[in-house]
Order: sequence, then C-alpha cells, then structure tokens
Amino acid sequence: MSENPLFARRRFLLGGSAIGAGVLLSACTSNATPGEENNQAIAQGGGDNAAPGEEVNIGFSAPSADHGWMAAMTRNAQAQADAYSDVVFNATEGTNDVNQQIAQVETLINSGVDVLIILPHDGAALTSVGQQAMDAGIPVINVDRVFDSPLAYRMWIGGDNYRMGVNAGNYIGERLKEEGVDDPVIAEVAGIDSLPLTQERSQGFADALERHGFSVTNRVAAEFTVESGESETSNLLQAAPRIHALWNHDDDQGIGVLAAIDNAGRNNPDELFVVGGAGSSNMMTYIEDPESVVAATVLYSPSMCSSAVSMARLLGQAKGLADLAEHEIPASLTTYSAVVTADNVADYRDVGFES
Amino acid sequence: MRLDIRILGLLGVLVLLCIVGVATSEQFLSEGNISTVLRLSAAIGVVSIGMTFVIATGGIDLSVGSMVALSSVWMTTVATQSFGIGAMIFCGLVVGLGAGLVNGILVSYGKVVPFIATLAMMASARGLAERISGRQTQVVSQQDFLSFFRGDFLGIPVLIWIFAAVFAIGWVLLNRTTFGRRTLAVGGNPEASRLAGINVKRHLAMVYGIAGLCCGIAAIMVVARTTSGAASNGLLYELDAIAAVVIGGTLLSGGRASMFGTLIGVLIFTVLGNIFTLNNLETDIQNIAKGVIIVVAVLLQYRTLNNRTT
Repeated sequence: MSENPLFARRRFLLGGSAIGAGVLLSACTSNATPGEENNQAIAQGGGDNAAPGEEVNIGFSAPSADHGWMAAMTRNAQAQADAYSDVVFNATEGTNDVNQQIAQVETLINSGVDVLIILPHDGAALTSVGQQAMDAGIPVINVDRVFDSPLAYRMWIGGDNYRMGVNAGNYIGERLKEEGVDDPVIAEVAGIDSLPLTQERSQGFADALERHGFSVTNRVAAEFTVESGESETSNLLQAAPRIHALWNHDDDQGIGVLAAIDNAGRNNPDELFVVGGAGSSNMMTYIEDPESVVAATVLYSPSMCSSAVSMARLLGQAKGLADLAEHEIPASLTTYSAVVTADNVADYRDVGFES
Repeated sequence: MRLDIRILGLLGVLVLLCIVGVATSEQFLSEGNISTVLRLSAAIGVVSIGMTFVIATGGIDLSVGSMVALSSVWMTTVATQSFGIGAMIFCGLVVGLGAGLVNGILVSYGKVVPFIATLAMMASARGLAERISGRQTQVVSQQDFLSFFRGDFLGIPVLIWIFAAVFAIGWVLLNRTTFGRRTLAVGGNPEASRLAGINVKRHLAMVYGIAGLCCGIAAIMVVARTTSGAASNGLLYELDAIAAVVIGGTLLSGGRASMFGTLIGVLIFTVLGNIFTLNNLETDIQNIAKGVIIVVAVLLQYRTLNNRTT
C-alpha cells in the first residue's frame, strides 16, 4: 500500500496528527505516570562481578509492553542496563507480531551484538531465530517463554508457573483448614486458557488443593485484561453465591476481578479471600489493608528481566557467578513464586510493579 | 413483515437459550444474575448500536474497540485526578465523537475504504491509548463518578438505564427519522441517494461520528464497571459488535438494518457466556458454541432472503 502516494500522504497526515495529539497530551498528563521510577528491581551483583569490565553490547527483544507486567519486564531490563557503566543496551520496540520479532532479532544479529536477550512472544515460533543467533556465536538468554530446543539458547531464565499454582493452592488450602471450613467453594479466575502457562498454573493449583482434600469448584478463564477479569468474575460470582477463596492468576486482570467483587457487594473479607498472581504494587497495597478481600499474591516477578541483563553482561565478559563453584553461568535459572501476605509484604515492595 | 419473521426467529434462539439457562442453573433467573447479564451487555450493546448505523451504510468500523480504549484512558488520565465527574464524561464523549468523525471524514471526504480507514484508527487509537496511559491501568480515584455510574436508579443499575436510553434513541433515529431513512438509502445505493439530493459525504461522516460517540458512552460504562481506564479495554469489541449486528439481521452490504435485531444479537452472546459460566464449562466449548450460533443465525438470514426472492 505504501507505493500509493495518496495513502502514504494520508498515513503521514494521520500519523502527524496522532503525534501532535500525543505531544499535547504528554504535556497535560504529567500526573498520569506514577511509579515509572519506583518499581525498577535492580539486582545487586556479588563479588568482583559488580566491578566494571569490558564493554558488552546486549541486544534485547520482547513483546509489546501492552500489559503492566510486560511493561515492567522491559522497564526493568532497561533500568538494569543503565545501572552498569560497561553495558551498551540495544532494545528493539516491543511487538506482538511473531514475524516482526524474528526480523528484529535478525537485525540485532547482523548489527553484531555480543549477547542477545529474547523474551519471545511465542517461544516455538522464535526457536529457529534463536538457534540462528547461537550458530552465529551470539549467546542467547531466553527469558520466560521457553524455546522449543536448548540449541536455541545458552541460558533460560523464567518463572515457575506450576509452582505459582502450587503455592497459591497451598496457601488457600492451609488457610481454609485453619478456619475449619469443611466443604469450601474455591474459585479460580485463570488467564488465557490456550497458553501453556495458564494450564501449568491451573494444574499446580489443582494438585496442591488435592493434597488438602479440596478441589476447584468454579473456574473461568479471562484474557489477562482488566475488563475481561471484571466480566468473567461477574458471571462467576453469580454462579457461586458463596465463595470462600478465589485465586486470580494475574494481578493486572485482578483490578477487574476486585471491581466485580465490589459490584456484586461481596467485598467482605470475612466471607471471601482473594489470592492474586504476579505481585503488582496495587495488590500489595490491598494486602496491607485488613478491610480488603485480598489476602495474598503469589509472585511471578518481572525482576527476572533485570537478572537476565546481569547474566547477559557476565556472559559477555566471560565471568561466572561468584557465589557458585561453577566456572560458567548456569544453563537455566527458575525464579521462585513466593507468597506475599500481610506478614511479609514489606520485604517484597521493591519488586512490586505498577500494573 | 419478513423482518419480523427473522427477528422472531432470533428471539426464539434467545428464549431457547434462556430455557437452557433455567433448566441447568437455579441461579439463572435470580435478580442478581439478570442484572449482571444486562450490565455486561451494556457497553458492547451501545457499541453495537453505533455499529448498526455504520453497517447499514455498507461500511464497517474496525476501530470501535480502540476508540473505547482511547476514550477510557483519556477519561482516567486527563480528568480523574483534578477536574471531576463532569470533565470525565465530557472527555469520554468528545474523544469518542472526535475519533469517529476522523474515521468518517477519511471515509467520505478522503475516499479511503472504510476497512482501511478504520483499520488505521484501530492501530493508532490503541497506540495513543497506550501512550497516554503509560501502558498502566489507571485506577479511578474520582468517587462521584464511581458512585454514580455503579449505582442504581429505581432499583436498576444506572448502566442498564443508559443502555436502554441509547437503544431507544438509536431505534427512533433509525426507524422514525429522515436521518435513518437516509442512512439506509445511502447503504442501498449511494449514487441514487446523491442524485436524490442527499449529502452523502456529510451523512457518512455523521454516521461514523455516531459510532464514535457510542464508543465514548461505552468507555464511560467500562470505566465504571472496572473502576479503571486501560489501553486493553474494549479488546475485540469490533468482532463482537459486528457479529451481533450481522446476526441481528443487518446486511453487511448495507441498505437494511434492524436495531432490535442488534439488541437480541448482543443479548444472545452475553446470555451464552453467562450460561457457560453458571454451568462451569470450559472456554473452548464456549468458543465453539459461539461459532455455531453465528453460522446458524446467518444461515437463517440467507434462507429468509431466498424465500423472499422466490
């Protein structure tokens, strides 16, 4: 279409007016970007590793930051790179188009980066380009959504979806046992059902509940958005007039889940407690509030992207992890999904992200 | 008369669904559940009413979901903190209307195909929404706004009142005014309409403006329901709205429209989702059923058309 000058001109005009409006807006919405500075989880390097070394050029490709958690991943990577004087950070614009992400990674390979960090939109689809980079001698750090083949990455770092479900299930099971509820109604608001990560979370949740002799009574799947969280939960609350505990897989959609609970007039911590997922700042604020139904959230922290940058830097400088006996950076690193409750929320405030 | 037959058929599908609902779940007819179904249909319903006008002219609007997102974040970032409920409503409506008019002007005066013009709006409005919101969910702190739009009036949620009012206005506008007749005429045969003295370009621009305004109203509803503005609001609304309008009997090629059919189309989808959740069934089954219902409804429409021509 771009060959047609008419379209090209219109597109330019449209784009121009959009940019104009954007500039106008950013001028009058300066109060609308809270937390941009305060939620960058910067890991501390240990031993000699923190000392500046030879310059490392790190390429970074991730999906579009259209979701609080994903935005925090990109922000954390950038912040971590900024913290090192010896890192040159080469971030491409996030995209949810698999072909575009492949093209971006190819561009990064051609531009001669030392290490690549790839958070694939779809791990399977990006596997071959990951392997291409490895074949070209560029170590790849695969973040979160895993490639199909270990040949495509030097190191994988990500969260533990199954254990996220297990820890949520254990927390709910133990708490219901403590409260002496015999036949509890346990609801689950999952994320996108077709994604393996959602299936793993649900499986872990079911397995953990089973250990306590419980099972999920009502389950819905949402789309990881606030709005889908609200509409699915509204229906769910009608399906179960009495719910004892609810696990919501994602704190972004959790804002909608809580709005639905509020809309239905079920916002009573004596009747229902909610466990979140991922660990956003506003869920942590609710956890601190005894009047709120939110009792806990299981972490799936975007701090993993900060760690990925640290690992990439060490890989580029051919260093190991100072505290391990290994001479090399490990091949995989799984972060732990801690349960954040009112008792320990202060310890986790620094990894909370604005959703 | 033939329109009535098809709408009776659709109404039959809805009644059948409700019977299934009653048979499978004792909660289905509870006051809370009925109110939930209507509340959840409100935003997509209002968007579909605007979409009915666009499709009646033979056009399409792919940008409705993005316009809902843009209006909603504009409302929550520009207006929430300091200017109060009036500014939020005003912003929501004006941004929706403005974006819709841009679509309309591109389509009519710019002669861009509706598919392309609104596709461009779909991308850029969502992008702008992400920019304004900083890709973060903007929680509403303006309590007046929340308590008004999440409240009841005469025991019925305010959102349902707004939905009913917009539907009534849309029905009258389509069926009882010159504007409505012109919309159908433009959709049926733009050239003949132009020769008959209708300002086709201005009319088209206004129709897309109406669709945008409806998105602004829907954005207010979504913000009230979710207590927040987010760039992910209104996701896939374009598909849901087009599906509701088309199974409601409005012709994709334009020239014929049914506001009542659109209403039933929206309710069918919302009731379907509700029944599936009440029975704790899985999303994949829900998607299959959705697909089957669209095909059945459209086949029904073809059959009625064939009967008419023979």
